[in-house]
Amino acid sequence: MRKPTFTKTLSNGFLGLCIAYMVLPLIIMGGAGFNDSRFPSVYPWHGFTARWFVDLWNDQPMLDAGINTFFLALVVVAISVPTGTAAALLLNSWQSKARPVLFGILIAPILTPGVVVGISTLLFWKEFNISAGLHLSALGQVSYIATYVMLLVLARLQSFDKGLEEAALDLGASHGQVMRRIVLPHLYPAIVLGAVLAFFQSVENYNITLFTRGSAQTLTVYIGSMVRTGFTPEINALGLLFILITVAGVIYVELRRRRHERRELKLEALAAIEEDKDLQGIAA
Amino acid sequence: MKEVVRRYGLGATVLMVTLTAFWVLALIVLPYLFLVDASFRPFLPADQVGGPNDHYTLQNYLTLLNPNATKDFLFLSIPIHLYVFFQTVALSCLVTMITLALGYPLAYILAKVVNRRSVATLFLILLIPLWISELLRSFAWYIILAYQGPLNALLGLFGAGPIRWISGYNGVIIGLVYTYFLFMLFPVYGSLSTLDTNQIEAAEDMGARWWQIHRRVIIPHAKPGIASGCVMVFMMCAGALFVPKLLASPSSRWFTEVIMQWFFEGLDWNTGSAYAFVLLLVCTIFVSLVIRIFKVNLADIAR
Repeated sequence: MRKPTFTKTLSNGFLGLCIAYMVLPLIIMGGAGFNDSRFPSVYPWHGFTARWFVDLWNDQPMLDAGINTFFLALVVVAISVPTGTAAALLLNSWQSKARPVLFGILIAPILTPGVVVGISTLLFWKEFNISAGLHLSALGQVSYIATYVMLLVLARLQSFDKGLEEAALDLGASHGQVMRRIVLPHLYPAIVLGAVLAFFQSVENYNITLFTRGSAQTLTVYIGSMVRTGFTPEINALGLLFILITVAGVIYVELRRRRHERRELKLEALAAIEEDKDLQGIAA
Repeated sequence: MKEVVRRYGLGATVLMVTLTAFWVLALIVLPYLFLVDASFRPFLPADQVGGPNDHYTLQNYLTLLNPNATKDFLFLSIPIHLYVFFQTVALSCLVTMITLALGYPLAYILAKVVNRRSVATLFLILLIPLWISELLRSFAWYIILAYQGPLNALLGLFGAGPIRWISGYNGVIIGLVYTYFLFMLFPVYGSLSTLDTNQIEAAEDMGARWWQIHRRVIIPHAKPGIASGCVMVFMMCAGALFVPKLLASPSSRWFTEVIMQWFFEGLDWNTGSAYAFVLLLVCTIFVSLVIRIFKVNLADIAR
């Protein structure tokens, strides 16, 4: 490699800038939650206050919207995870010329703007006299969130050894047992990740929810409506809560990963020692 | 289908087919068909729906070309909604290119320069903004870009500015790049991480310049990721609703805002549907163009 130090410095600098670019705005947004100013800002700094957190706690409409968002997300997870998993299993083992067509249809929702999904959901259910409300938001969100679940499960199925399933069937296991004991345990990580992703996607969805919600409120719609009425630093306080939850989640995942890595290293070291002993034994 | 039954049993197969069929029909195909149907029907009072006046028409699409409200652009006078539409498409392309220009080098550094062990940690840090709502991400820029905000204060220290950021489309572009940057980074990183570093070293050993290596070795390998990132970012930008509402001056509208206006202010769902269908069409065209240009398939894009 030519000029390794120069290249290295340049790329580390760029990397640092990018990390700062991604993280600094969030710090500024969170920090504004402590500024004693009527408008969300960090500059000029009017002094430290915790009152926006108190306001947030006492904001009944916001609390109601939060509860709606939470239950909506649970419903979306409950529908999209089984649906996405079922479609992935079906796509994986269905040998037919129609398979690429089905695949194309099932990934269409993630390539479609949310506005379009929202409007078409609204128009379709209106035909059955089902008017707008959070139930439609759930259906609209499922239509694209299930695709994410499906893609995660499909990726996981790539590493699945079909032989295990056949062996179990040959040994007299029922289809139910194969599903419960072999297929689902293998898919478990993808399903859990899918569920977490589905939950967060639902919480942050704005476009579909806006068109399908009727008069119900969710957090995103409530925040969105403040463009007209004016923001207060309460939103920053809320943002900071979101950031803290995320950071806690990230730290948890990172610690688990490190522990896992250490265990692997330890196992490797142990294996090496054993091997060494064996070699010494042979030499002796 | 026989294969499915053999592997999972009849009961599970019926369940899987039912769930998938519900998804395909009730959540995807039929709603889209209803959208198209509504877009070709006139906007009528409730009692006239299904009556003699309720026949297919192109009227809703022609509204887009309404010559009564125009905007001058260079020496042309363009119907205002069409102008907003082209503006939206052009700026979405611009944002897509900016995110690619930033995302490609970063993805390359993460995949090939940084050592393997710190990549996982770096990714977790980069993931933080992704888990936080799109609304809050753009709201952060609403604070930063404020006329008396921190960015102008910083510029003031260097004797520059203040700049009115939230005017025209400046704020929107800045906000969209930040909000959707990661949707470019992750797919490009995904495809770069499967590239064998030996190939790069081989090219170096044979005397290729760095730009030749990128053009001949790395970019061809990263194509599926680049295609996927471009499609996602373009679609999300063109369909963005909150960022333009928050970060543009009121006179600079986004196409989705026009759709919203038809729906919630005009209560004319038919014209709204026609506009939404045009938006869907432009995204479909973009996807097929990308598939053509990069010579990838649909499965590469959805990963």
